[in-house]
Amino acid sequence: MNNSTIKDIRRLPGGTVITAAGEIDLRHQQDFQRALQTVCEERPSRVVVDLSAVGYMDSSGVGTLVKIAGMVRSFGGKLALLSPSRPVMSIFEITTLDRYFTIVSSEEEALAV
Amino acid sequence: MDQPLPGGTVVQTGKDTDRMTFTIRSDPQELPRVREAVRSLCRRVGFGEEDTCRVVLAMDEALANVIKHAYTGRCDLPVALRLELVEEAGHRGVRFRVRDFGPRVKPESIVGRPLDDVRPGGLGVHIIRSVMDRVTYEPADGGGMQLELVKLTGS
Repeated sequence: MNNSTIKDIRRLPGGTVITAAGEIDLRHQQDFQRALQTVCEERPSRVVVDLSAVGYMDSSGVGTLVKIAGMVRSFGGKLALLSPSRPVMSIFEITTLDRYFTIVSSEEEALAV
Repeated sequence: MDQPLPGGTVVQTGKDTDRMTFTIRSDPQELPRVREAVRSLCRRVGFGEEDTCRVVLAMDEALANVIKHAYTGRCDLPVALRLELVEEAGHRGVRFRVRDFGPRVKPESIVGRPLDDVRPGGLGVHIIRSVMDRVTYEPADGGGMQLELVKLTGS
């Protein structure tokens, strides 16, 4: 997989789990968005983005998640963000998007939203 | 101790230096280096991890705005930076100056958007203003704009 921000994509019966990693900033935002959009084109019932290994995210990364949330909603799916690291939670809190996203702490919970 | 930074710059740095002055290219590849410099100053002045994380983000958003808006995505233009420790009214803190050489804009036109309008983009200014204690945009001598950001400990 030639994408520095995506480490793994698993297609499970309950949905697709995408494991992101590294620093999602202006350098990598387009790769990140492209990968998530590709998954959305498959219209899984749940899209789970594991953010536990993302050490940094800027507003371009957050904007991508907002966009993906809209895409998932448009086909009737659900988006869950799994275990965001502290720096990622920080930007969610500053932008009050911690109240907008479904944030969960386990994959089981993510696949049950 | 003066050290060159990749990107064609001069920087005063070192463990005991309270000020770094250098110029980067408007290239997103430069962002991690600046984040690390900001992180280092924040830790030196005594910010905790949470505040350090937020100040690093605010500075990163300031640079991203220069790259995206002042320079419309061009990666080869200069951005002059000054990062320093300060003390104001008994509080230590950090002050950053970000100077671009792009078109001048009216400072009052640089505003965030309401957060309840959830959509991609437009969050950078809100982040900067939320995190920093003082944010000043002004036309710079000789063209372009200068942004000054201040964050004090205990604020």
